[in-house]
Amino acid sequence: MKHVLGAVCGASVLLLSISAVAETTLTIATVNNGDMIRMQGLTSEFTAKNPDITVKWVTLEENVLRQRVTTDIATKGGQFDVLTIGTYEVPIWAKKGWLVPLANLGADYDVADLLPKIKDAVSVDGKLYAAPFYGESSMVMYRTDLFEKAGLKMPEKPTWDFVIDAAKKLTDKSGGVYGICLRGKAGWGENMAFLSAMANSYGARWFDEKWQPQFNTPEWKATLTTYVNLMKEAGPPGASSNGFNENLALFNAGKCAMWIDATVAASFVTNPKDSKVADKVGFALAPNTGLGKNANWLWAWSLAIPAGSKKADAAEKFIAWATGKDYTKLVAAKEGWANVPPGTRTSLYQNPDYLKVAPFAKLTLASIDAADPNKPTVKPVPYVGVQYAAIPEFQGIGTQVGQQFSAALAGSMTVDAALTAAQSVTEREMKRAGYIK
Amino acid sequence: MARMATTQRVVVSTIGAWFFGFLIFFPILWMVLASFKTELEAFAIPPSFLFFHWTTENYATVQERSDYLHHAVNSIIIAGGSTLIALLIAIPAAWSMAFSPTKRTKDILLWMLSTKMMPPVGVLVPIYLIYKSFGLLDSRMGLVFILCLGNLPIVIWMLFTYFKEIPRDILEAARMDGATIGRELVYVLTPMAIPGLASTMLLNLILAWNEAFWTLNLSTSSAAPLTVFIASYSSPEGLFWAKLSAASTLAIAPILVLGWFSQKQLVRGLTFGAVK
Repeated sequence: MKHVLGAVCGASVLLLSISAVAETTLTIATVNNGDMIRMQGLTSEFTAKNPDITVKWVTLEENVLRQRVTTDIATKGGQFDVLTIGTYEVPIWAKKGWLVPLANLGADYDVADLLPKIKDAVSVDGKLYAAPFYGESSMVMYRTDLFEKAGLKMPEKPTWDFVIDAAKKLTDKSGGVYGICLRGKAGWGENMAFLSAMANSYGARWFDEKWQPQFNTPEWKATLTTYVNLMKEAGPPGASSNGFNENLALFNAGKCAMWIDATVAASFVTNPKDSKVADKVGFALAPNTGLGKNANWLWAWSLAIPAGSKKADAAEKFIAWATGKDYTKLVAAKEGWANVPPGTRTSLYQNPDYLKVAPFAKLTLASIDAADPNKPTVKPVPYVGVQYAAIPEFQGIGTQVGQQFSAALAGSMTVDAALTAAQSVTEREMKRAGYIK
Repeated sequence: MARMATTQRVVVSTIGAWFFGFLIFFPILWMVLASFKTELEAFAIPPSFLFFHWTTENYATVQERSDYLHHAVNSIIIAGGSTLIALLIAIPAAWSMAFSPTKRTKDILLWMLSTKMMPPVGVLVPIYLIYKSFGLLDSRMGLVFILCLGNLPIVIWMLFTYFKEIPRDILEAARMDGATIGRELVYVLTPMAIPGLASTMLLNLILAWNEAFWTLNLSTSSAAPLTVFIASYSSPEGLFWAKLSAASTLAIAPILVLGWFSQKQLVRGLTFGAVK
């Protein structure tokens, strides 16, 4: 009997110690982009090094995730320990005290290696509130074969005049090739990401220093008129419902001579498994008008810890692992250098192995360097953010304005009417939110 | 002559019915086909209908990336549980309103329906806070409860209309024979209403199976049903149509099979009372 009792006690102590070791379960919410799926696949590498931590994944589509995570953090629901958020959320949430500053990422994390523009975008008052997992800007992707055939040469820093002229020359509607493909689908992260960045290059801005909406200025009129006319003449049919994916499909099928969109697309359009034109793609910086700003944006999907998490230490360990230098090496060893998450660390762009397999690396880095979320426009602005204004109201306003501009592209509204509507919508919302009287 | 016209009419209406049937079924067929294509073929312009390189790699990827069975079991429990509880509450409610109506019955029915008119997102934050306080976030019980509440008005309305079709005389006859309310409900009313009950149950099951707002917002991983499984495959940045199609095919397969086998009941239930 004694033996049995002893065995039972021993077994329970053993069980207890096992459960004590595997005590911390991290719930990580992330978007389902390729790089994050890869991170999810490599979880076992992290848990092997940290046997006391288990990881649960919530992988969702971007818009669903944003709503899900915002609800949880605003109500202090405490469902997640690590969040994947963008540069739009970081400053807003950090100021509200919803995020834990990342101060213990470890000695070998090398914060100084993070690209300065990206680091700025995820820091508030010099403190890092999220660690960038991958960063992106936007650039011109173009078909080298079509350009050669037309006798055109893409400069590294094209102007809008050149891009517009080339787009018209390269359009062959009967042959199903369109000079340029641009976003038209309404949404603050869809057409407004592109149009806000384009407006920056035309010297326009969302708000003046006193938060007055600026859609009644000649700069916005020039932006929207150019965009609508260009798309009418050289864009694909039905462009007002095209977002990133639709344009990617068109470009990969060989229907677009140029496409200005996220730098992350570069790895898709040059992958022969996904693209019919993989070996005929060139890259250039997003166009400018000579005013000193290019039409490119800046974004970084980053990992952050919500203030409600009771497992902040383990969460920070995970973040240090997933955004550290060793993670890049791990992905390179397992899946090749072409698949490492881009746009966060200077060292990656000095790595010859990476530069060899990523023909777009140089331009990606140059594009990221060319965007400045703290000084996004030609004239001064009171907000942070290149293709957005980092205020909570922006999502709603951006999408409503996007609808007007999408209607202008579809032809159901004139450019002037769309701008007037955008101005009044924005004024109303900004008054309601108390920014202006 | 008359016979020929009838045959002709039958042929025309049969072709018409098949045509519209095919038209309605086409998106599902297209999804199933796309799930066997490579990503490159999935968005090819012009699209290939049947002559492409068939592959099951998307299913393999989906299986490798997410635990289908875990999500499917959650879906079955949540959809099944909420349907059963909704029926248990709705049968007595509809019975009392159909057979002993008061002057407020109509108002109550309308009031119940009016709860469906509010967009659910309007009450997301209060519900989220309540769930947080009661520890119901990411629990199957919590999802069963909210889906049951959400579908209850529809279930009561459907059952109410079925019950109303049943002649009261039969119930009175049962009462004359000394049946109690309970016996009347179990032995007289329920058997007569079985087609109606079956179709209500099936419709409610489908609604609960497809419900994507609450299931996405109130679950994280432990209680996540198939709607979360699908949401992890749709992507605004990246063309993964073939994988999304594979995930969607897997997600609708159980309910499609169930619907297939019970379509007779469903049709009978939906037309119940129309041919009296």
